[in-house]
Amino acid sequence: MPNLKDLKNRIESVKNTRKITKAMQMVAAAKLRRAQEAAEEGRPYAERMNAVLGGLAASVGGSESAPKLLSGSGSDNVHLLVVMTGERGLCGGFNSSIVRMARAKAQELMAAGKTVKMITVGKKGRDQLKREYGGITINHVDLSGVKRVGYANAHEIASDILGRFDTGEFDVATIFYNTFVNVAVQEPTAQQIIPASFDASPEADNSTVFDYEPGEDEILKDLLPRGVATQIFAALLENGASEQGARMSAMDNATRNAGDMIDALTIEYNRSRQAIITNELIEIISGAEAL
Amino acid sequence: MADTMQFDLVSPERSLASAQVSEVHIPGAEGDMTVLADHAPLITTLRPGVLKIVSPEGTDEYLVTGGFAQISSEGTSVLAERALPKSEVTKDILDVLAKDADDALEKATPESIDALGKQVSDVAALVAEMGLTA
Repeated sequence: MPNLKDLKNRIESVKNTRKITKAMQMVAAAKLRRAQEAAEEGRPYAERMNAVLGGLAASVGGSESAPKLLSGSGSDNVHLLVVMTGERGLCGGFNSSIVRMARAKAQELMAAGKTVKMITVGKKGRDQLKREYGGITINHVDLSGVKRVGYANAHEIASDILGRFDTGEFDVATIFYNTFVNVAVQEPTAQQIIPASFDASPEADNSTVFDYEPGEDEILKDLLPRGVATQIFAALLENGASEQGARMSAMDNATRNAGDMIDALTIEYNRSRQAIITNELIEIISGAEAL
Repeated sequence: MADTMQFDLVSPERSLASAQVSEVHIPGAEGDMTVLADHAPLITTLRPGVLKIVSPEGTDEYLVTGGFAQISSEGTSVLAERALPKSEVTKDILDVLAKDADDALEKATPESIDALGKQVSDVAALVAEMGLTA
């Protein structure tokens, strides 16, 4: 039987843990609200950008002069995987689920004889992928110093990727991130960004004939890189909200588990205390009877 | 004829303005233009400049850099890569803009030198305008 003092210490330490996880849960809840707002506010821009680019791509896409970003470089031998994870752990399966998906994709591509390169965004993804794919990781973007992800961060990542595309370092780029469904559910998502694909929403009316100033081609050339940056930004925002959501539910679970553990330990503590008291009573009574 | 139209100004990070306005001055890539209600459908890219909206409640000015404007029968929406209300523009922001444009020009390739040179002069004009009216 563990002695009382040990049990008491144990209960105390679990209580402290519960306080910490509870605090982390509340911090995550507050950050989640902010991240969700940011994602919400970024949505109109991304939607309109996609709609306009979708329309443009549909009208220019088939022609010979279509920019490379849209039509692709003509082959698909070299794939670039951009793996976007969080900078911190303690958020359940958030980081692992992205990494797992990216790893599966990498293996699939390698089995098909393609060359795979990687860019990691966020420390956790790099740590998990370093051992296996450290040799083919061509860049790492560190966002740990960034308090709130801004468009400038997305722009930086995008210009890095676009620069590499221009020099022919890869043919196809795919980003991996978590889509925020709700607090409990985040969906790992793979999205191809180069060659660009825009799902023009069906209700976008293509009946309006726009004048273009300057010409369609120039506009497309100007907007495509922005479209890529916008998609990356949207992914970063989704990821931010997902991370906080995942952390919140992970910490909620941890808090609840700590509570259960405290209950179990308290019962054990009381039982042993009672057993000791009973023992002492028996000793006294049998001592008295012997007289 | 309707004398006002729906106007939206959005940047990647937030939506800055959404209102009924009577006219919008857009710094288009090929020159400034004023859009009134029932303008012909048009998509134009933006150059760094000042976007001015006139509504029955008054006028508002925004600093915009890069992006595009979409004018359709429903109204006008401007998607700017970066947009700031004029009141929030400081000298530091303008300095950074000017510096970025200069840096880009230094690294320019023969194909892009024209566009980047134009950007430098656009920004310079913008800085001058802001300086004058600030």
